[in-house]
Amino acid sequence: MRLQKNTWLALYSVLESATAPARHIPAAEVADKYGVSAHHLAKVLAELARAGIVESVRGAGGGYRFIGNARRLTLMDIIVLFEDFSPQLPGTRESTPVGQALVAVLSEIDDNAHATFSSITLATMLRLIAHGQANRRLR
Amino acid sequence: MHGTPAGARAVGARVAAEPVEIRTVRRADLAQVIAIDATVTGLAKRSYWQQVFRRYGGTSPGAREFLVAIRSGHVAGFIIGEVRDWEFGSPPCGWVFAIDVAPDARLAGVGTRLLQAIATKFRRRGVRKLRTLLARDNTLILSFFRSQGMMAGALVSLEMDVDG
Repeated sequence: MRLQKNTWLALYSVLESATAPARHIPAAEVADKYGVSAHHLAKVLAELARAGIVESVRGAGGGYRFIGNARRLTLMDIIVLFEDFSPQLPGTRESTPVGQALVAVLSEIDDNAHATFSSITLATMLRLIAHGQANRRLR
Repeated sequence: MHGTPAGARAVGARVAAEPVEIRTVRRADLAQVIAIDATVTGLAKRSYWQQVFRRYGGTSPGAREFLVAIRSGHVAGFIIGEVRDWEFGSPPCGWVFAIDVAPDARLAGVGTRLLQAIATKFRRRGVRKLRTLLARDNTLILSFFRSQGMMAGALVSLEMDVDG
């Protein structure tokens, strides 16, 4: 499973905001941090807001903040907003024995990726992030 | 035989404050263990559980563990596991085979307590790795183990049909 740029941006944005849910994070701050244009990020944030994961506040001191349930929301809940998981219709190549064998292997990889993203909540991710920060401080 | 995740859903907040004791299973607990399993799976596997009790219920403390969480005098959950030496080319490690928490005791940290308790017992035997195996589509249990810090390990599960 190869994630698109918008999906990565969405994951970064949600995790940044879930780390400090009380704070309104300026979109420009996240755009700067991850080297993308504020305009590009705004589109991603708008999608996340439509899904009820973040809330955006306009004006001075505005930004966006996490309003989802970190214990319930999984990485997959965010990913599906930006990726298409509908099954691919078999093309000419996939209908050959070689193509079918390759599709079987790729499906195995996708199934594992799906299970992984579906089982990791934001709360679990926040613990992983905190753990990584603590380890970095110790080094 | 993993059941419903220890930390999943429901009424836990109201029972969170009630003290929970973790101890080795006793024969008198078995009916309640079977009832919890039956609630979750829809099957009361009495003879199966008798076998599990004979195998894990205290015959070899530390290597095989069958622990229960007791809350208000009742079994609120259980965990079963065992230390396996050098299987799959791996140094001794602790395997968790089953964990389940009664529906009215969930979201109160009972599953976490059970997992910590079995990890402590395994650690005393020198084990430094805890493993489990479960269905890929069992998202709830996967989420529970992930929330406890478990990640994909170095082993890959493979299978094949042997019919024909």
